[in-house]
Amino acid sequence: MTVSVLLFIILAIGAAGYALGVRRARAAAGGDTRKLHSLTGYHGQSVLLFSAVPALVLLGLWLVLQPLYLDHRAGAMIAVADIPEGGSLDLVLADVRRVAEGLDLLVASGGMTEDDLAATGAADSDLKARLGGVGVALAGEVGEGVFEAARDYRHATHGLSLAMAAATIAAALAGLVFALRRIGTDYRARNVSEGFVLLLFIASSLVAVLTTVGIVASLLIESIHFFRLYPARDFLFSLTWNPQFRGGSDLGIWPLLWGTLYVSFVALLFAVPVGLLSAIYLSEYASRRLRALAKPAIEVLAGIPTIVYGLFALVTVGPFLRDWFAQPLGLGSGSSSVMTAGLVMGIMLIPFVSSLSDDIINAVPQSLRDGSYGLGATQSETVRQVILPAALPGIVGAVLLAASRAIGETMIVVMGAGAAAKLDLNPFEAMTTITVKIVSQLTGDTEFASPETLVAFALGMALFVFTLGLNIVALYVVRKYREQYE
Amino acid sequence: MTDASAIRPGIRASLMTPDTRTRRRNAAEARFRLYGRIAIAIGLAALVVLMGSVLANGLGSFRQSFLTLEVHLDEKVLDKSGARDPEAMKKVTTIGYGKIVDAALKATIAAEGIVVEGLTDKDVSDMISKEAAALVRNRVLADPALVGQTVAFKVLANGRIDGYLKGRVTMDSAERDSNVSPRQLELADALVARGILAKSFNAGFITGPDASELRPEAAGMGIAILGSAYMMLVVLFLSLPIGVAASIYLEEFAPKNRFTDLIEVNISNLAAVPSIVFGILGLAIFINFAHLPQSAPVVGGLVLTLMTLPTVIISTRAALRAVPPSIRDAALGIGASKMQAIFHHVLPLAAPGILTGMIIGLAQALGETAPLLLIGMVAFVRDYPGGLFDPATALPVQVYNWTQRADPAFVERASGAIIVLMVFLLAMNMAAIVLRRRFERRW
Repeated sequence: MTVSVLLFIILAIGAAGYALGVRRARAAAGGDTRKLHSLTGYHGQSVLLFSAVPALVLLGLWLVLQPLYLDHRAGAMIAVADIPEGGSLDLVLADVRRVAEGLDLLVASGGMTEDDLAATGAADSDLKARLGGVGVALAGEVGEGVFEAARDYRHATHGLSLAMAAATIAAALAGLVFALRRIGTDYRARNVSEGFVLLLFIASSLVAVLTTVGIVASLLIESIHFFRLYPARDFLFSLTWNPQFRGGSDLGIWPLLWGTLYVSFVALLFAVPVGLLSAIYLSEYASRRLRALAKPAIEVLAGIPTIVYGLFALVTVGPFLRDWFAQPLGLGSGSSSVMTAGLVMGIMLIPFVSSLSDDIINAVPQSLRDGSYGLGATQSETVRQVILPAALPGIVGAVLLAASRAIGETMIVVMGAGAAAKLDLNPFEAMTTITVKIVSQLTGDTEFASPETLVAFALGMALFVFTLGLNIVALYVVRKYREQYE
Repeated sequence: MTDASAIRPGIRASLMTPDTRTRRRNAAEARFRLYGRIAIAIGLAALVVLMGSVLANGLGSFRQSFLTLEVHLDEKVLDKSGARDPEAMKKVTTIGYGKIVDAALKATIAAEGIVVEGLTDKDVSDMISKEAAALVRNRVLADPALVGQTVAFKVLANGRIDGYLKGRVTMDSAERDSNVSPRQLELADALVARGILAKSFNAGFITGPDASELRPEAAGMGIAILGSAYMMLVVLFLSLPIGVAASIYLEEFAPKNRFTDLIEVNISNLAAVPSIVFGILGLAIFINFAHLPQSAPVVGGLVLTLMTLPTVIISTRAALRAVPPSIRDAALGIGASKMQAIFHHVLPLAAPGILTGMIIGLAQALGETAPLLLIGMVAFVRDYPGGLFDPATALPVQVYNWTQRADPAFVERASGAIIVLMVFLLAMNMAAIVLRRRFERRW
């Protein structure tokens, strides 16, 4: 029985519960619903909630815990000798799962009966070929331990799936009966179901907290794995990045960090003046018509997906900079460079800087402007000597937020900055960033046992901590500043 | 106050003639205005150049070069038994059909009397896309009665020939290119002059599956569009209820305490976490821990849900806050419970705002690429996904995928796919604006 069928059954029980609840409530009141504490719909709703929600929660928990239990069980069956040289238990378990899946397919396609399966062992010479025949390709030979574990795994999976169906349906029915029996004229069905709904609301608001916990936990656990395989000191202080897939890699973060900061610096150098000046012009000088036209047009830039900017960098900006600047000046010959990625990222950040600064400039009280004009200052003097100093903390906050955006940006640098990790000052040279390396280390067929793959999690951790720190400081500054004029 | 004239003697004769200092200040004022205008011009120019570059590169991909050929479906090759049994006919592979199509082109060239110096058989057969044989084969297998007849087929021309018609390949570049020869281009000119080779609208680009590196002319984004649509469904069905429920709790019920503060700080920080970190989360939790399948729209949808949830919550809360308290008070006053006041009165009034926020969240999710790369949506998929658990790709990931390929024809495809993506985004944002305009109420 598949999960979707199970889901459907549970929802059907819930729907039936609603109808039964309404009927039972009406019967309890003897047809006169005024005798009930709550409207009949609330009685139905309470039955629906009690039958469907606990069963769904159970189903979700079961789906998460079952693979864990099965892995544990299969892991216990695998002897140390079954783990090949240089491999790990995780890899063997992946094999176990694939063999079990293959056996399932074999039985389903009629290539093997259940009795055959019980009789064969790993020694069966054509097992690999037969598994290959149903589309499960295995790299090496199937060991005895792996085969036994796979057979057991398959067996346990079937048993547990049945148990899951039985348990969840039983839970749904039990909830149905429990809620139905409580219905009576004195039963406060509305209060109960409203309390239940409130509980669901609280659970939903916890999803955000759980996401953060999930992010931190997954980054931390895999980073710890990484630091067990690779010394933290080398990661934090080495100046070379040179992953080798045969081992002996240099995985120093500095070249990546330098590339990230350099690209972000170029981007901010472009975006901050343009964004700030256009915000000032739009809020202090522009006519109503220009403002109504230019402000949305600039904000369109914020709604464009980063992949579009990436393609723009790759196809238009990169070749343009190479042909008009880098090659004539003799600074480089490639189209991906820090300058390409930085400029395009700067374009992306213009609306970000300008709309944040716009808010901040508008928050400066009119009385400050009036005072300045009253003393005979021109508009630009007012802006430079009164408004900007007053808005400075907010603008600093906006720039920090933009910086955190720039550091975490991925597609533009993947497509525009290049992949060579180096410490260089030439902005027309290709460099790479933390996000580029996360993508390149984690895409393709990767095994989660080598430091070359796990380093991506440590890089992710660095990125997360970095952007989070910037955000917290920026939000603190902006909030502090807002309070000043409220 | 000191006497100003004592400091700056001979200050001004008349208010009508500005002195040097005033002139300097006015010049500074004009300069400052100019800077502002330049900044705005840069912003607008960036937008125009960006859009222009995408359109210029991508519009060509919607029109593709086709050869119109009279193909004689030879019974001796396609159905030796003569029984028209589709099972037996399946034994003839695309290689057999390829030869028939090549022969048809050769016959056409001879019939039209086109003579090109040094034209080889390989040159002729390379004019046609490798996809053409599969097209003819599918048509014949679907209708075995066609065998033995001469049928008109409109088949794709090779990507390089298509490039020549679009100006991407020239006689000079063909000299240096091992995949195309100047003789073929001469032949192409002759065929164009006779109306056999022509560009027309290419529906396969929008609905077809991706094709391998060697046949850019056949690559389509049907699977990517379908995969994106599946993911948007997951995002919609998860983030709308969860986001609205969380917002109602935080806005209407939550007591002001440490715990609520924690949730609020959490949500505002999650909104600023780089999207790639959500990809790492998806890889670690959904794929490595929960063993969900790689490249499946359900995993992409879950990751994008977590990513858009803060956006949805923030805009939903703003919409709920905009409903004046008097509405709640009136409902409570006539005996509604708090939950009834919210579900019967506040939520319907906040619905346009909530929907607007949801659409903007969906648009953000639709354009997101980086997290999807990490959960394996870059895989090469040829089969249309039948459900949420089948492998698929997504529109922005398909764009990225095409840009990583060597043949420049794929750049045109990538830009074309971006145009489609932008049309979707534009439609969604328009819907959001219309919703806001029509239903927004100000109290």
